[in-house]
Amino acid sequence: MSAPVGHYQYDRIDRDFLQARIAEFERQVNRRLDGTLSEDEFKPLRLMNGLYLQLHAYMLRVAIPYGILDSRQLRKLGEIARRYDRDYGHFTTRQNIQFNWIRLEDTPAILRELAEVDMHAIQTSGNCIRNVTADEYAGAAADELVDPRVHAEILRQWSTLHPEFTFLPRKFKIAISGSPNDRVAARFHDIGILARPGEDGAPVFRIFVGGGLGRTPVIGQELFDSVREEHLLATLEAILRVYNAHGRRDNIYKARIKILVQAIGVEAYREAVEAELSQMDLERYRLTPEAVAAIRSRFAVPQLEAPADADAVLAQQRRDDPLFDRWVRSNTHVHRDPGHIIATISLKPAGGIPGDATSAQIARLADLADAYSFGEIRITHLQNVVLGHVRKDRLRDLWLGLAEVGLAEANIGLIGDIVACPGLDYCALANARSIPIAQKLGARFADTALQAEIGALRINISGCINACGHHHAGHIGLLGVDKRGEEFFQLTVGGRAENGAAIGTILGAALPEDETVDAIARLVDCYLGRRESGETFLDTLTRLGHEPFREAAYEAV
Amino acid sequence: MKLFELGERTAQVHDVLVTVAELAERDDARAVLLESADDPTLLKPYLNRLELVVLRFPIFRDGRGFTQARELQEYLRFSGEIRAEGHILPDQAAFLRRCGVDSVVLPKDGNGDPALWEKQLRQFPVAYQRSVLPERSVGPGLRVEEAS
Repeated sequence: MSAPVGHYQYDRIDRDFLQARIAEFERQVNRRLDGTLSEDEFKPLRLMNGLYLQLHAYMLRVAIPYGILDSRQLRKLGEIARRYDRDYGHFTTRQNIQFNWIRLEDTPAILRELAEVDMHAIQTSGNCIRNVTADEYAGAAADELVDPRVHAEILRQWSTLHPEFTFLPRKFKIAISGSPNDRVAARFHDIGILARPGEDGAPVFRIFVGGGLGRTPVIGQELFDSVREEHLLATLEAILRVYNAHGRRDNIYKARIKILVQAIGVEAYREAVEAELSQMDLERYRLTPEAVAAIRSRFAVPQLEAPADADAVLAQQRRDDPLFDRWVRSNTHVHRDPGHIIATISLKPAGGIPGDATSAQIARLADLADAYSFGEIRITHLQNVVLGHVRKDRLRDLWLGLAEVGLAEANIGLIGDIVACPGLDYCALANARSIPIAQKLGARFADTALQAEIGALRINISGCINACGHHHAGHIGLLGVDKRGEEFFQLTVGGRAENGAAIGTILGAALPEDETVDAIARLVDCYLGRRESGETFLDTLTRLGHEPFREAAYEAV
Repeated sequence: MKLFELGERTAQVHDVLVTVAELAERDDARAVLLESADDPTLLKPYLNRLELVVLRFPIFRDGRGFTQARELQEYLRFSGEIRAEGHILPDQAAFLRRCGVDSVVLPKDGNGDPALWEKQLRQFPVAYQRSVLPERSVGPGLRVEEAS
């Protein structure tokens, strides 16, 4: 088989490694069953292999490194959804997929099926370095400076079964981007990495540390401005080593690196990292140009050829079909090649469950990826799907194909493009159900013409303070809280994960579910009534401050 | 106490095992016990006479011992034996070895079966990052295997 476009091609040694990991996991399951491993011992071991115990069943979270799949892999995920789950999968904010209705005894078989297509569940949970995320438009976007995927793959490999950093104080998340427009929420990660071209042709890396959401939302701070490629791994080792030695282990709510960075200050953290680096044998940790080139050579590059009139064909089709035009406006992004375009497929149908896809939809997505985008699929951290390299003159055919399986929703970046955690429908930690309120909001704003009129507006919903729905980073955020056994939602406004990252501020008292939906409708009305020409929701909020919005939200309460 | 050797070095039994605080008072001590919160650089003045550093894992999830072992190896160039004891699992055998730990005190429960430790040591033919061991590249990229 030729190398897949967009991600690293495994060889026999990589495949043997996966098989060894599966054999190890199977043995761990058996030791749990025969009692030589206690449940307290087994739990971290199964989590490190992506297996959670949820409210009603086991959940298996499968890694999609830097969010990129080939069509063969996507088809396999569809088959697993059909055979082992209830015919659907759920794409997550870490660009992974999770299956919510798994039987423990099926997991080794599922892992073997995944390994057939070079996939696994390694480090999708647990107190270790998690699946590395990257820009969903990597290698395609016109605004990109460096394609981050080769280095994302390097980080995936380096962090896999790392001997020193597999029993960290808490989970550890890394994101990498090579665009000046932050699409990975770099400053809300334990480590956020922004790559740009260096003077010698090799990239240099700006590194943020100590960002995160969860109970204590913190914006990451810059640790280094320009780390050279050869020192990338040494620098990450040093950052992790300081954290592993000094991060708190007495309280899981204070164990993330952000708490340590806050406690000692970013200057002291930087000094500690530099002290490590000064003692390390940098040659041993050096990332050589040869190693980078070898990994790069295992990525296939798409041959972008388009007819000279591709752009003109698309322009004519947009003029002829206003519905298609609306979808193109919200769901596409500029490609670096003028004959191509990036298409984002919304997994947020009005009234649907954000991020869910049926096995039939998954199979169709794989077919469409083969037909229109070199068999390459990307999962976004906003729980959507991207086809990265679509010829402009064929975009309308793609759109028609999507419409046949209910995937042509024109709402990317709009109010219907809601991010929500699984909530109390699945999760043992949740206080409230995130999915029903997401469905109600989706239904309330189902009209895509209205969504287009409202413009850029992100709603994020978390069912508890662990903030898996990233409510702190939503332009409008909803946090589920429990009030004497009833589900209420606290409203925040003004958060953002993109450039100029900010944490949302609480607007007022929490409201019951239906009143929350009404309050959001009034927030939107307030914005529509008071915005000035060209202003987004965030612009108007920034200009007017929170007070008019607070009044609007609570006027009827 | 049953010892298991993770590598070629033969594990030595020491009758006197002291804490870091006691080290200054005990000129005869050749073996020291490092708690997971102890800074290995405290051992610097004594490295020449120390033959064994025991890293105590209060619970297997507390991974500080891995960093302590690497600091002893990589920064302090400690050439004596490094041993892990306490709550450790056979699933950690290769991690311990790759961080420079030479031997373990086998747990007294089902996790102390030497066959399990032996199997875990050889579970993975390659690794994706450098460790303290002598290694050679198994290209492409970052993969290494132990150089025997």
